[in-house]
Amino acid sequence: MSLPTWLAGGQTVAELLIWPALIAYGEAAFAYAGELRGPGLAGRLGIWGVRVGWLAQSALLVVQVIDTEGFPWGTWAGALNLFVWLVVGAYLIWGCRPRYRLLGLAVMPLAAVLLVAAWAGGGTGVAARDQPGALLAIHVGLMLAGFAGLTLAAGMAALYLWQERRLKRRDSRLFRLRVPPLDSLDRLSARTTLVSLAVLTVGIVVGLTRFQRGDFDAAMVVTLGIWAAAATGLVLRRETGLRGRRFAVLLVTLLGLVAVVLPLTHFAS
Amino acid sequence: MKLALVGVSHHQAPVELRERVAVDADGAAALARSLANGCEAVVLSTCNRTELYLASEHDAPLDERGAAALIELAGDEGAALAPVVYRLGDDSAALHLFRVAAGLDSLIPGEGEILGQVRDAFEAGSAGPLLDRLFRQALHAGRRARVETAIGESPASVPAAAAALAQQVFDHLDGRTVLLVGAGKMSELTARNLRSRGATIAAVANRTLEHGEKLARQVGARAIGLEALAGELGDADIVVSSTGAPEFVLDMTAAAALRARRGRAILFVDLAVPRDVDPTLAGIDGCFVYDIDDLEAVVEASLDSRRVEAVRAERIVALEAERFREWHASLVVVPAITSLHAHAEEIRSAELAKAEGRLGRLQESDRKLVEAVTSQIVAKLLHLPTVRLKEAAAAADGVVYADVVRHLFGLGEDEQQS
Repeated sequence: MSLPTWLAGGQTVAELLIWPALIAYGEAAFAYAGELRGPGLAGRLGIWGVRVGWLAQSALLVVQVIDTEGFPWGTWAGALNLFVWLVVGAYLIWGCRPRYRLLGLAVMPLAAVLLVAAWAGGGTGVAARDQPGALLAIHVGLMLAGFAGLTLAAGMAALYLWQERRLKRRDSRLFRLRVPPLDSLDRLSARTTLVSLAVLTVGIVVGLTRFQRGDFDAAMVVTLGIWAAAATGLVLRRETGLRGRRFAVLLVTLLGLVAVVLPLTHFAS
Repeated sequence: MKLALVGVSHHQAPVELRERVAVDADGAAALARSLANGCEAVVLSTCNRTELYLASEHDAPLDERGAAALIELAGDEGAALAPVVYRLGDDSAALHLFRVAAGLDSLIPGEGEILGQVRDAFEAGSAGPLLDRLFRQALHAGRRARVETAIGESPASVPAAAAALAQQVFDHLDGRTVLLVGAGKMSELTARNLRSRGATIAAVANRTLEHGEKLARQVGARAIGLEALAGELGDADIVVSSTGAPEFVLDMTAAAALRARRGRAILFVDLAVPRDVDPTLAGIDGCFVYDIDDLEAVVEASLDSRRVEAVRAERIVALEAERFREWHASLVVVPAITSLHAHAEEIRSAELAKAEGRLGRLQESDRKLVEAVTSQIVAKLLHLPTVRLKEAAAAADGVVYADVVRHLFGLGEDEQQS
């Protein structure tokens, strides 16, 4: 499969598409900061920035796939590009609702910064790549989707901790902002973690089919550590009632681990 | 079409006068029907205002009719009512209704009930084309003000603040259990507010069991003594306290029961002075403690925030009122536009009829094509004049333009001659 003639020169098209995505994500990050002053226009501009940016990035990914005729996200920068797309896509599921808009304040600055990093690292271009095979592509896609879900869950957990702090401090301006109730954030972050863990599990199983003796490295250890921590958290939540603040702290810690492991993983080497 | 508003409200009339002209839903519907003789009428009656909205195609003295109806309604207080009755017409009346629907004319800016009251009044009234459009647009303006600003989001009273806090912690209150400590009036109001949002009052704890039992019966709960309080903390989600005790009723001795909840959230609403709940309990995971000062600060901040949001809501309302004004003004030119289109169509049909002899040789599909092309030419020719006429109407020159169009095209002259 190759690009239609009007798209000949996929590199140019990719360069054209990365800018709207970057600008829209950046605009969304600033707009959500404006939403902190009070709900209204800034929040709507934010969500439109996310939508436009995500569509532009989707188009970019399509161009990358068509032009490289394979799996263009094998480098760390390419993986970061796909990761950002997954995180923002998952955010869009809830972010369109006014009460969840402020979640964008946790997600969009991160997405904008990571996309800049992906662009700087050449992950948004269409240079020829090695053909990794279908199984590896599925493995990478699932692992990134799992990590993206965990990132979103951690974003919710961060919002939980922030809102809990405001409630504990008896902030009189509590109702000036639209923030989801603590209970909703707690439940939603747990569900997102559960789904992400399932995706991550499938990704690991797919990866094991290609596993050979001697492949085991530090990145895999950290990945398995994240999987074990998330699974333990969910089990403890079910069995011993680990919820609220403690579960949120666990998720934010997991995000820290994801931030460490993502640049290290084997698919990003 | 003329629009008139006649009313009394909390701005000028004390409650003694307002209550004389207040009518319930059936009364409002009956009054609207009686006023709608030859015109349109909607009666809006709330605790803060009674307003009559009247519209007519003719130059009837609508405000006189409305004022007379209000004064009659006031009975022997009619003379006292007359000076505080306000009368607004056309654009001012529309803007006023839009402000009312957005909660901008209320005692507490953005109060939530008014939009429903406006809707009920509209549905019960005798609205025609003008009032139908006016009320639909007012409801739209009210909804926009609430959705696009935060004017109605924050609580405006202590019981509402307590309930809103509970929702901020627990989301929906369905199935959440409330423990009342003390049988004070404020805790009863708060409990009722929580119950109206779906919470269940599980128990009323009081030093005097008999007093507790009375309130417990009213709210469908159990009555317990204060000594059994700690045992109830394991199951309660919200604790509302307002005893007259000189010391903390819930202090760190309750910490063990609270820690056993393993972080499951519990909200203490302490309405008592001196306070009932030791604030250091807030240090326990999942515990949120709010005293009366905190709640009053929330209400004060809410009202400040509502005032700020009211400025934004005013802009939305002004925009919607302008749209209504444009539509209302365009009504002046509608007869001229209708006549112009009818005149053009008449000419087109007549010319086609004249050419019937030559067109008769055409096939059916070709005849249809000729019909379509001539219709299209007429529509295109009249499109710009129609748009310009409507624009002129919005700019208050509508009558002049309509007269010019009538004169230039001889619209209505045949009728005059005949």
